[in-house]
Amino acid sequence: MPNILISDPTLRDGNHAVRHQLNKSQIAGYAKAADAAGIPIVEVGHGNGLGASSLQVGEGLLDDRTILKVARENLTHSKLGLHVMPGFATINKDIKAAIEIGVDVFRVASHCTEADITQRHIGYIREKGREVYGVLMMSHMASKEILAEEAMKMESYGAEGIVIMDSAGAYLPDDVTERIAHLVSALTIPIGFHAHNNLGMAIANSIAAARAGTSILDGTARGFGAGAGNTQLEVLVAVLEKMGFSTGIDLYKILDAAEVAEKELMKTIPSIKSISVVSGLAGVFSGFAKHVERIAGEYGVDPRDVFFELGRRKVVAGQEDLIIEVAMELAASGKRRS
Amino acid sequence: MNANKLKVAIIGSGNIGTDLLIKTLRSTFLECALFIGRNLGSPGMTKAGSLGVRTSDLGIEAILRDPGCWDLVFDATSARDHRYHWSLLENLKKIVIDMTPARVGEMCIPAINLDTCRQSKNVNMVTCGGQASIPLAHLIGKVHEEVEYIEVVSSIASRSAGPATRISIDEYVETTEEGIKLFSGCARSKAILILNPAQPCINMQTTVFAKVKDPDVDKLRSLIGETVKRIQIYVPGYQLLVPPTLENNRIVIMVKVEGLGDYLPRYAGNLDIINCAAIAIAEQYAKEHLTQLHAETRLK
Repeated sequence: MPNILISDPTLRDGNHAVRHQLNKSQIAGYAKAADAAGIPIVEVGHGNGLGASSLQVGEGLLDDRTILKVARENLTHSKLGLHVMPGFATINKDIKAAIEIGVDVFRVASHCTEADITQRHIGYIREKGREVYGVLMMSHMASKEILAEEAMKMESYGAEGIVIMDSAGAYLPDDVTERIAHLVSALTIPIGFHAHNNLGMAIANSIAAARAGTSILDGTARGFGAGAGNTQLEVLVAVLEKMGFSTGIDLYKILDAAEVAEKELMKTIPSIKSISVVSGLAGVFSGFAKHVERIAGEYGVDPRDVFFELGRRKVVAGQEDLIIEVAMELAASGKRRS
Repeated sequence: MNANKLKVAIIGSGNIGTDLLIKTLRSTFLECALFIGRNLGSPGMTKAGSLGVRTSDLGIEAILRDPGCWDLVFDATSARDHRYHWSLLENLKKIVIDMTPARVGEMCIPAINLDTCRQSKNVNMVTCGGQASIPLAHLIGKVHEEVEYIEVVSSIASRSAGPATRISIDEYVETTEEGIKLFSGCARSKAILILNPAQPCINMQTTVFAKVKDPDVDKLRSLIGETVKRIQIYVPGYQLLVPPTLENNRIVIMVKVEGLGDYLPRYAGNLDIINCAAIAIAEQYAKEHLTQLHAETRLK
């Protein structure tokens, strides 16, 4: 049976859903359950990754080191994963310490057209003997040819696999098939896929990726993640097994881990809110959702208008400051909440 | 050669170096004696050749071989290269303006410390985001007694960030953070850089967030115009987009920088702001140096 490597960012992407406020006992509790289920990689951290706690994207309850140490203590079989965006995190300030704490797998991410900013970070981590993947975020904003070019750059820096993120939840299954198939044929290293559920397509898109030859899939317990959430992991594992893919994950125990996540991590189970549909259609980074809701409320404008305007400006992850400018502009132009 | 102009060399023929060349040629106080890269066929070198400027592909060797032809050098290579260059240039006792985030010399923000920087033989231009945000951080520090934290986020067009900028992204972050602390007196700082590939290209935009004890937004609003004007003297395309505002318990100020459109189009405000700042300090040196030279000539 073909094997799919599962990476679980419940404790990283899920942090977006709770404004980066996951605490120590929540991290310890879910890490333990995930470890027991045999999930190969458990990714933790601030929603935007290492060194991202900020006024721009939200300040975290815990600092990176605390999160990593707590997770490290509670993982024995699963590898500890970390998302890293150059421009937020640096080698000296952040990556060195993460290596010391014992992170096993680094996923170094850039916007889908900017792979060359990851060169030094990927090279450094590889040199230190840790596993390192390249991540292309907001991949719906580039053609399959550009994605392949950027992925090949990351491969040349030392990446051992490339993960394509649908950060805005904007894809339909055919979009995924086209891109993943092209990347799988263009590169020799494994290709992964990370979905968001804004248009209700997370499972379908992940399956399309698996059929097109992806060998790594991301999923989170109950779909706990930014915006409408991610691919619901326990469902993904069940569906993959039914289709004949193997994940090495224990079904009952992943179902148990999902119960733990529902009880311990989230106030509400992720659902596709009206605003998430708009965010997916506009192709805006899922992590913007909480900020847009708050700021649209403060300035009395329609959050849907804010999302469409942000989409028109082609904002990328990390440009959350523009939400204020757009909301002020809409308010000034007299476009109030309808 | 014009005796009324200071002779400069530019090392680094990428976006920053080539744009500096165009600005140097326009200056009443500066002239470019030598433009140096590593590849005579690069776009920057071709541009310099077409402008009739003497070029060399020998890197740092070129200016070491001919120290008589220049008084001031702009180093527009990379942070790593600058550290090496400075080890060779230090003994020449000439003026070095470091365009990279290497943090060797004194940090210069013309709107704040143009006068004290003239004493320094190695002046560091911080970063583009630093040039855009530090005057605002400085103002926040002046108005408030206790500044807990300042964060600056710059978004720039992908097309405006060349290979040296991209490879130096860690130095960009760390140098900007250090500059923010130095000039504002804040306890903690953070810098974030975002590259956006949108077409048409986006203008450079910088946001300053601050957490302070007892925020005085009215006072900030009353003083911000003066700060912006001081920057506009050397960066005409610097504009206030969102005046000091209190949102979610944080002070927010947002500016946009449009470039002069010299080497890259006008969206590349990031290129313009650091280069305009460097020209401002170079012209200060030139004015002094030339006065000195003239005085010496009169004595003879």
